[in-house]
Formats: sequence, C-alpha cells, structure tokens
Amino acid sequence: MFGEFEAFLSILTFVPAIGALVIALFRFTARPEDQALIDKNSRLVAWVATMVTLALSVIMVANFDRETAGFQFVHEVTWLEQIGLGYRMGVDGLSVLFVLLTAGLMPICIMASGAIEKRVADYMIAFLLLETLIIGVFCALDLVVFYIFFEGGLIPMFIIIGVWGGQNRIYAAFKFFLYTLLGSVLMLVAMVFMFLQAGTTDITVLLETEFARNAQMWMWLAFFASFAVKMPMWPVHTWLPDAHVQAPTAGSVILAGVLLKLGGYGFLRFSIPMFPDASDYFAPMVFVLSIIAIIYTSLVAFRQTDIKKLIAYSSVAHMGFVTMGLFAMNDVGVQGAIFQMISHGVISGALFLCVGVIYDRMHTREIAFYGGLVHRMPVYAAIFALFTMANVGLPGTSGFVGEIMTMVGAYQVSAWIAFGAAFGVILSAMYMLTVYRNVVFGEMTNPKLENITDLNRMEWAIFIPLVIMTLWLGLSSTIVTDITAASVDNLISNYDAALAAPAE
Amino acid sequence: MAPIIVFGPLLASAFAGLFGNYVGHRAAQIVTTGTVLLAAVLSWIVFFDVTVGGNVQTIHVATWMSVGNFDVSWAIKLDSLSAVMLVVVNTVSSLVHVYSWGYMSHDPHRARFFSYLSFFTFAMLALVTADNFLQLFFGWEGVGLASYLLIGFWYKKKSANDAAIKAFVTNRVGDFGFALGIMALFLVFGTVSFDDVFAQVGSQTGTTLAFLGMEFNAIELIAFLLFIGAMGKSAQFFLHVWLPDAMEGPTPVSALIHAATMVTAGVFLVCRCFPIYEAAPSASAVVTVIGAVTALFAATVGVAQNDIKRVVAYSTCSQLGYMFFAAGLGLYGAAMFHLFTHAFFKALLFLGSGAVIHGLHDEQDMRKMGGVYKMMPFTWAMMIVGTVALTGVGFSFGALGLLPWDLGFAGFFSKDAIIEGAFMAGREGVFFGIPAFWIGVFAALLTSFYSWRLIFMTFHGHYRGPKDVYDHAHDPGASMAIPLIVLAVGAVLAGGLFKSSFIGDEADRFWGEALHAGAHGPAVAGEGDHGAAGDHAADTHAEPADAHAAPADTHAADRHAEAAEHAEEGDHGGGHHPPAWVLLSPFIATVLGFLGAIWFYVVNEGMGARIAARGGPLHSFLYNKWYFDELYNFVFVRGSRALGDLFWKIGDMRIIDGFGPNGVAGTTLAAAKRLAKTQSGYLYHYAFVMLIGVLGLLVWVQFSAGGQ
Repeated sequence: MFGEFEAFLSILTFVPAIGALVIALFRFTARPEDQALIDKNSRLVAWVATMVTLALSVIMVANFDRETAGFQFVHEVTWLEQIGLGYRMGVDGLSVLFVLLTAGLMPICIMASGAIEKRVADYMIAFLLLETLIIGVFCALDLVVFYIFFEGGLIPMFIIIGVWGGQNRIYAAFKFFLYTLLGSVLMLVAMVFMFLQAGTTDITVLLETEFARNAQMWMWLAFFASFAVKMPMWPVHTWLPDAHVQAPTAGSVILAGVLLKLGGYGFLRFSIPMFPDASDYFAPMVFVLSIIAIIYTSLVAFRQTDIKKLIAYSSVAHMGFVTMGLFAMNDVGVQGAIFQMISHGVISGALFLCVGVIYDRMHTREIAFYGGLVHRMPVYAAIFALFTMANVGLPGTSGFVGEIMTMVGAYQVSAWIAFGAAFGVILSAMYMLTVYRNVVFGEMTNPKLENITDLNRMEWAIFIPLVIMTLWLGLSSTIVTDITAASVDNLISNYDAALAAPAE
Repeated sequence: MAPIIVFGPLLASAFAGLFGNYVGHRAAQIVTTGTVLLAAVLSWIVFFDVTVGGNVQTIHVATWMSVGNFDVSWAIKLDSLSAVMLVVVNTVSSLVHVYSWGYMSHDPHRARFFSYLSFFTFAMLALVTADNFLQLFFGWEGVGLASYLLIGFWYKKKSANDAAIKAFVTNRVGDFGFALGIMALFLVFGTVSFDDVFAQVGSQTGTTLAFLGMEFNAIELIAFLLFIGAMGKSAQFFLHVWLPDAMEGPTPVSALIHAATMVTAGVFLVCRCFPIYEAAPSASAVVTVIGAVTALFAATVGVAQNDIKRVVAYSTCSQLGYMFFAAGLGLYGAAMFHLFTHAFFKALLFLGSGAVIHGLHDEQDMRKMGGVYKMMPFTWAMMIVGTVALTGVGFSFGALGLLPWDLGFAGFFSKDAIIEGAFMAGREGVFFGIPAFWIGVFAALLTSFYSWRLIFMTFHGHYRGPKDVYDHAHDPGASMAIPLIVLAVGAVLAGGLFKSSFIGDEADRFWGEALHAGAHGPAVAGEGDHGAAGDHAADTHAEPADAHAAPADTHAADRHAEAAEHAEEGDHGGGHHPPAWVLLSPFIATVLGFLGAIWFYVVNEGMGARIAARGGPLHSFLYNKWYFDELYNFVFVRGSRALGDLFWKIGDMRIIDGFGPNGVAGTTLAAAKRLAKTQSGYLYHYAFVMLIGVLGLLVWVQFSAGGQ
C-alpha cells in the first residue's frame, strides 16, 4: 500500500533530520536562560523522531515484497539528466534490514544517553543527523547520493566522539577520521572512474554494467580500501578500539551496531555485484585477512584490561566472520554474513550498553575495578550473561546462527577457512567468560561498589527489546533470511553468471 | 506428550529463574520439581510406547534456519535411542531435583539453582530428541551452558569460577571439531538431518574430502571430527581436564550432569551416528583407542585422589572410556547399556557422596574421614550398593552353564558385556579389540580398588577428622534418602532386567532402526549396507538369552550345550562365545582389586597414607593427574596470553599504529590539535552548516520533484 507512495522512503530517511531541525531552531533562537529547558525537551523530540522512523521502518519491512530481488519503495528525482545524476532511493533485500536495524537502535541510543549532561541539544542533533545519514547510505541508489551520505556520516560521529567522548577523545576522533577518510578518498576516485566508464551514477544501471576485468581490479581495491576500514578488517582496525573507548555509550552502540555494517553493505552493493571478476580474484586475500582478524583480534581481546576495548576487539573478530561469509559467495555464506551483521548489531550494541550501565555509575571501564557485581546487581548480571553468551555464539542466540552459517558457507570454499574461523569460537568463549567472571562474579572487594544499584526502569526498557531480538533471531532465523533470500539468490546467480561468461 | 516432556522443564526453569525472587524458593522448587517429575513419568510411558509399541515418530516443532539446502528444524525425534535417553535424563533429573530439596536447603539462592537444573534438563532433552545435527549441537551447547552455570553456582569462590570457565572452554575445543564435522557433513551430504544423512552414507563411502591440505575419506573425516566433539563433552583423554574440576559445583549437579547425563552425550552422539561409524573403521579405531586409554588413565588417577568427589569423577571418566571403546568396536548396544546402568549407580555414588559430605559438615577430603559407618549406616549401605554395582559384582553362572541365569548387580551385566564383546571383536580381527579387552580387565581391577578404597577410607577404620564434626555426623533426611533408595533399586536391577532388551535376544525389536545393537565390529559391518541389519536380526534372535553380545549363529535348540562346550574349550577354541577365562577375568580382576583395597586400607590401615606421604614418582605422577593441567596451562593458557600480548603490544601498537596513523599523525599533530580545539569550541557551527546543507538538499529535491 505504501509502495505507490513515492516519497515514503525519503520521508523515512529524513524524519530524524526534521527532528534535528526542530531542535536546532529552538536551540539557536531561544534565550540563554531557556537552554536548560531546551536540553530537556530535546531528548523527547529526538526520541519521538527516532520512534517515528522506527515505526515507518517496521511498516516498510511489513510491506516489503520478499519474492522479488528488485528495488522497492523507489523514489527518484532527476537532477542532472545529461550526466545521469539523480536523487534515487530504494531498498532491496540486501539493505532493507539494515534500515530497520538502524531505526531500531536509535531510540535505544537516545534513551541510553541519560548520562549526557553537556550540550544535550547539540548531542541530539548530532544523533538525529547521523541516523538520517546512515539510513540514507542504505537507501541510496545513486553514487553521488551514496557518497554524500557515506561520508556525511563521518562528521556527526566524529563530533560525537570528539565532544562527548572520554579523556583521550581528540586522538581517537582524529584517528577515526583519518582512517576512514583515507579509504574514502580512494573510493571517490573509483566512483569518478565508474561514472566516466558508464556515463551514469545510477546504481541500478551500474549494477548491469560490465566493467573490463583490468578496471575491475583497480576499482575493487579502491572500494576495498574504504570498506575494509569501515568493517574494520585487519590490519586497518586499530582506529576502532580507540574510537569505542572514547565514544560515549550511545556512540559506541551506533558505531558497533550500524557504522561497521556500512563496510559489509558496501561489499554487497558494490564490490561483489559490480566487480565479480575482481571479487573472485581477491577472495583468497579476504579470507586470509578475515581469519587473521578472527584469531589475532580475539587473542588481543583476551589481554585487554579496558572492558570497552575488549568488546571493540571482539567486534573486529566478529566482523571477520562477515567478510568470510560474504566472499564465500554461496547462499549460506552470504545470508549468514547478512545475518551476522544484523545479529552483531544487536549483540554488540547491547554489550556496549552493558558497559554503559556500570560506566555511568562508576565512571571507569577498568575491568580490575569491578568484581562481584552479581551481589548487588542480579538483574544486570543476568542480562550481561545473556549477551556474553550471545557474543560467544551460543546456539539459541542470534550469534550462533551468523557464525555457523558463515562457517558452513566458507567450508564449501575451503576447509582451511572454516578451520581458522572455528578458532574464534574457542577464543571468544575464553575472553568473554573471563571478563564476565572478573566483572560480575567473585567477592565484591572494591568498597566503592558497595552502593551500586541494579538496573533502573529506563535501563530495563533499553534492554528488553534487545533481549527479545537476540533470542528471537537466534531461535527463528528465517525472519531475516526470508527477507534477504530473493536478493541474495539474485546476487549469487548474477555473480556466477558473470564469472562463467568468457573473459573480455 | 513429548512436547510436555521437552518444554515443560524449560517453562519451569523460566518460571523459577524469572519469578523465583517474587514467588519464593518453595514455589520455585515445587514448580520445577513437579514438572520434571511429570516429565519423568511421561518419559517412561513414551519409553514403552516406543520400544514396545514401536511408535517411532518425529514431531516437527518449528523451522530454525532455512537457506537453500541448509534447512534446520526444531523437532522431537522419538525412537528407541532417544527414548532410552529420555528415561535416563528425566529419571535422574527428577531424583536430583528431589534430593536437592534437602541438600540445598540452606542455600539462599535455591530458586536459581532449581532454575538451572531444569534448564539443564531441557537442554539435555533437546539434545537427545534432535532429528538433525544442529539441534543436537544446540542441546550440546545448552547443556554446556547449564554445566558452566552450575559448576560456577557458588560464584563467590574463585576456584568454582575457574572450573566453570575451564569446563566451557575445554568443551568449546571439542565443539570446534564437532562444528567442523557438521560443516563437512553438510558439504558431503547437502543436509544436516539424521535420516537423510544416514540414508546416504552407503553411497558416499568412496567420497574423498580435502581437509587442511590432505585428502581424506569423507566419512572417516566426518566421523573423526564429530568424535572430537564427543571427546570434549564426555571428558575423554586429552579433553578430560575439565571434569575433575567440575566437582566444584554442588554435588547434585555432579550426579546429574557430570555423571549420569551430560557427559554421556558423547556416547549418545557416537551411537546416534552409528551408520557413519560403521562406515568409518579408522575413525572407529580412534574411538576405541581413546576410549580404552581413558578407561585406563582415569582409573589410575582415581587410585591416588583424596577428594571423595574427585575419585567418583575419575571413575566416571573411566567408565565413559568403557562406553567409548565399546562403541568404537561396534558394540553400540553394550555402550548404551552401560550408559543406562551407569546412570543409576554413578548417580547413586555421587548422591551418596553428597550425603557423606552433607553429614560431615561439607568435608570432602577422605583423609579426614573414616569409621563413620556407625553414624550413617543408611548412607553406608547406599554407597555399598553403588560400589558393588560399579565394580560389577556378579557371576556368569548362566554363561558358564552353572545356573540357568547370570546373577549380578547392574554394572556386572553392562561392563562384562563390553569386556567380553571387546574380546570377541578382537578375535574377529577388529582393530585394538584384544588390547581393549585387557585394558578393560585391568581397569576393572583398578575400579574395584579405588571404589573400595573410597568405602574404606570414608566409612571404616579410624576417624581422622575434627571431633565435633564426627559427633554431628548424621544420615540424610527423607528428601535425600528417597532418591538414594530409588537409584539403589536401579543399581541393583537395571542390569538384569534390561539386558535382553539392550544387548540380548530382544535387542533388535527393542532398538528397531535406531541402533545396531552391534555384535559385529565395524570392520565387518562397515562393508555391508543396511541389508546387514537383516542378517543381524537372524543372529541375535538365535542367541541364547543369557549369552553375551557376541556374534552367534547357534540355534536356540542347542544353546546350553554350546555354551557349556565353549566354556570348557577355553581360549583355544575358535568358538562363537567367549571362552571361560574371558568370562571369568573381569570377576577375578574385581576380586583382586577388592583384596588389594582391603590389604592397603583395612589390614594395614594407614599404609596408603604412608605411601602417599613418601610421594614416590609414581604416586606424584598419578596424584598430579599425569601433569595434564600443568602442561595445558603452560602451552595453552600462557601461550595464548603471550600471543595476545604480542599481537596487541607489538602488532597493533608498534607496527600498525606506529607506521600507520601515528606515523602520519605525528607529522600533522600540531595542526590536528589546533583543529580539534576550534572544533569543540564552535561545534554548533558545524551542526548548523550540516543542517543547512540537509535543508538545501530537501528543498532541491522538492523543487525538482515539483518541476517534473
């Protein structure tokens, strides 16, 4: 029913920006003595805006046609017809769930920002703009639009870390910016090249375009530079732990939950369908990097003393499963990779929120500071335990489905890959259970913890949807794979056809 | 009915876990115990419905994963194999629930405890009723989680937490193999459903699979990888290190999880996959060797331990070894039979030990016990029953033609069936059969020795602990006593009553399609296809009721004559029954072990302690469990820490950051700092510019849209 309503997707995308606009109008026009009131109200405005977006996203997914691989909810406005540039938005099975994931996490982020006290209105503006930009990335069907959203997202994130971050926030923000921008510059060059080759920036047309094998190689590498940083893949992952450690809780949630998925989405949208020969050629390299990421960063995670850093490294390892599954290029692998991204969005978001709960109370992320929390915070201990197990990939939680499907997919390519990845299954248990033990179990020896309180109502409200999603996805994975199936099958059959075609 | 059995405990667990604090401990206990008791009663009904009524079925519950061929459902598969497991799991679980009323009566976290117990029961039921490998894996990890939670139940104790993590991580090492096995299996068969896989095994025997640069026979590889999982869960040699430490958990947990049910999941896996193992002689040989080595290794270590629970734990480890080498030799029926009887007497021993510990004010060190049988005669009697059942007291009157039937306790029937079956398999040429037989006999000697050592050190001789504890030593109350009595009845009768069903002349009808009771070794069965089942049926139906699980083509008419004849023939005959000395050897071993224990711990009381105090190299070696913990700690724990540090401090910090961002940043640092300062000062400028941009974009879009 909404399919006919052209601007639906655009409205969905820009609702948060409108919310930001509303806050900004009051923020910049009000008298100084009213700023406190505006800060207070801005939370509500932001929450309403994100909830509206979520509602629209749910409507979109409910009306999403699962039988077709084509783009849906397309909204197209031509800008410069001569060069084929236009504002084009649309979703398919590859992107629609990422929109939902983003829209779902955002209200939680807003709710989890209670500890933010300075410049609340600005903070809310940044988050709302970030949401619009991220959703825009997943919906964009034009290179230029995509690029604007993709790079635009950097700015609010950069600001969120740089302004509301921890002690060393400037270094972290800068590192984040440097890494991601460097990759993006190369991507921009490749995009210009693509435009020159194809004469259009329309992604739907580009998906049909066949690029020369040689050109594919260069473009693949250029895109890879950008997406690998976003993922992040080893060895360009070192910005992530710093960014996470310094970012405020909600920033970490969005960073791990959604921003990292931009890289995986990029592979799905650009690298694999547009440069199939190059993808095939470079797949072994991706596998090697994925396996290194899984083992290397898991071991590094094991040694962390800062709980946020540990979870950040764990994210890198889990993203290794994604890249591995994507380039396995079979239905189980790719579906598993998408599933793993969605699942990781929920689980890592929840884990950062778990850290946030105790950080808000104690203002430290040092593992050694804590211990014995279960005595004072039984509910927290139970919820943290659930997400710990989900991160470990316990069957029944969503973490398992993603891991096993990507590994099954990768095994079909080579047993070596699955063999390497399976080490991650052992190592994740090692570091997650150790940190959980050190934080939650044992005697409570630190006197500062004596009056720590269990979850408050707001925190309950934050965690309950995440708990439900983790278990629901884990027990009935078809709610995701049914939506992605048609598009993934199409992706794979096109890919196979392209590889089978005689080389030019 | 089946859904109630499986999901009832889950709901009860959720109730106790979520609302335990609101409704109180008592309500939580009543709900969980009641549900599991109900499940136990229903399980027995299902058991007879399936094994006698032949009502084999698979109930589809829901779809779990579905991507292309990768189709995984939630299901409840009811066949004889899962029916046996249902009965074992729910019976022991319900008894342990009841027992825990008394045992945990002073614990402030009882609701949580019962919630975990019921959750464990659910996961175990999901495991045994799986109709595909992935659901089995779900249950597999689920019981692992429950085990982790229950070992670490007293989370204040560092040792308990360490043990819990060790158990989980070691099991993960096994799961590593298990998961790879499932992946290989999916690659070869294109499905993970049991029935579909097993139906295809015959046509895939020639398939080869590349794994880590080598070519393997696909079936062999899959069987081997799956067995690695089984090794972890069932604490077999190399991956056994977690089980003794798991004794940190409350004793009812040890009885339920670490003796009767969870640790037997590996045996169940091998038996469930018997078509694969029948087609994989080399992997089966590995199973045999590992099982035999475990049986021996754990028994030797059990001899030198002083913690009452650890002795029983090593005993469990050793008995699991028996089950595995039986399965490896193709004696699946005997393996399952021993699993079944073992559940009763080992749970009895654990719960009895719990009664001792409870009665002696949480004392677990046998060096501080002694002579307490006067204070706790009931517990003593129960432990004696458990011990005679474990050591396999009994005599093959029937097989030797002295009486029309054999007489003995549960362990006698099942363990002797394994030992004798091993001999017969070895004589047929199955790899490692004869060594397994000898190991089985020798381990039986050790079993007898350490079991009686436990009895003598605990109950007899002079008391060696603090006096006030002795004065308050007491037998347990009703809630702990009743489960002990029920288990004791099982430990006495389970062997004799069920022998003909599990491995005797009823076996084929009993197992149906679910299992080849397995008179043949894998070398023989592996050649055949499922047609072999037909021949096999003929074999076993003709077998005398009291004969052992050995191939027999004799006819019922002359069975007694045959049996007697072979008994006389001794070892030099080429007969189809084990020779008399084979039948007698476990008995002799048991007697020798018993006499040895008497010599060391009754006649020369204190001699064992003196030997321990002198601490010769052999004693140290055994006491320190062959130094596995030290070795693993050095290689794996320290190794992964060192690697982690290397990657982090050198890899990430020095190399990647050093040459990457920091190197670049170093040159632009001053500029960066200036930039950063301006930024945080004029944030709203940035935000405002962005807003204007977005606004402009919107206007443009609207404008151009209108222009169209």
